[in-house]
Amino acid sequence: MSTIDEVDRALVNALQDDLPLDHRPFAPLAEKMGLTEDELLTRVANLRASGVLTRFGPFFDAAAMGGAFCLCAMEVPADRFDEVCEQVNAHPEVAHNYERSHKLNMWFVLACETPDCIDQIATRIEQETGLEVMQFPKLREFFIGFRVAA
Amino acid sequence: MSIDATDRAIIEALQSGLPLVPAPYAEVAGWLRLDENDLITRLAAMKESGVIRRIAAAPNHYKLGMTANGMTVWDVDDDALGKIGPKIGALPFVTHCYERPRALPDWPYNLFAMVHGSSRDEVEEKRQEIVALLGDALRASDTLYSTRILKKTGLRLRKKGD
Repeated sequence: MSTIDEVDRALVNALQDDLPLDHRPFAPLAEKMGLTEDELLTRVANLRASGVLTRFGPFFDAAAMGGAFCLCAMEVPADRFDEVCEQVNAHPEVAHNYERSHKLNMWFVLACETPDCIDQIATRIEQETGLEVMQFPKLREFFIGFRVAA
Repeated sequence: MSIDATDRAIIEALQSGLPLVPAPYAEVAGWLRLDENDLITRLAAMKESGVIRRIAAAPNHYKLGMTANGMTVWDVDDDALGKIGPKIGALPFVTHCYERPRALPDWPYNLFAMVHGSSRDEVEEKRQEIVALLGDALRASDTLYSTRILKKTGLRLRKKGD
């Protein structure tokens, strides 16, 4: 971590705000930070290359494009964890998967084109593993910040 | 919103990000043989409809020293949730905040809030702010720390016709 200087730090914070839809969208921020656009863009490219930023661009909401998502959880016996993990991850619909400190120790997100497909994949995983897949679809969203203070 | 073939092409072109050049929209428009203004109009429409949440940087929490990631879960009085939920979602350290169904009897929690911090102690400290916000509406809570990333892929849009 922390090999980034104060300017980079301020940049990481500022770049989490929405970029304007203008011909030269970086110009106002560059001016505010006392950098040229090129200097600013070089810094952004370096932050990308070093992995401090995983991405710079539009955040798409696949649900708004007609996709379906569901957070799922499973209680996987410790001695079968790796095997079940392989079975679950083999499905391309599994977008991310985390091991967590709880009786429900495997948490993943299913991302499908249609809501029906969520049930189909969940059922298939249950058949393959013999374990229950609990579904926790989002009912309401209370603002997504995604901001991280650098 | 329904997205057409041009929107789809724009989304595919931008999935890995915006080019880091002074006039990125002109550059992308060039790739897609669109006029820059048309591209900007379409991006504006996608923002309006929520297909694009915003155009911004996605920082890596780990690289910024935020190595503890706690999925805090809460059993909150249903009647109070609508009022308190947005306040929790607005906390600067909460990155996602959702109401989800309970799965009784094992899972009494109906509110999920992802809390990031530089240590579990820091996550725990921040958690207390949520406890304070919930007040009497809080019935039970737990924190599930991620102990391993088992898979992480970005959004992959299938090609039309798949």
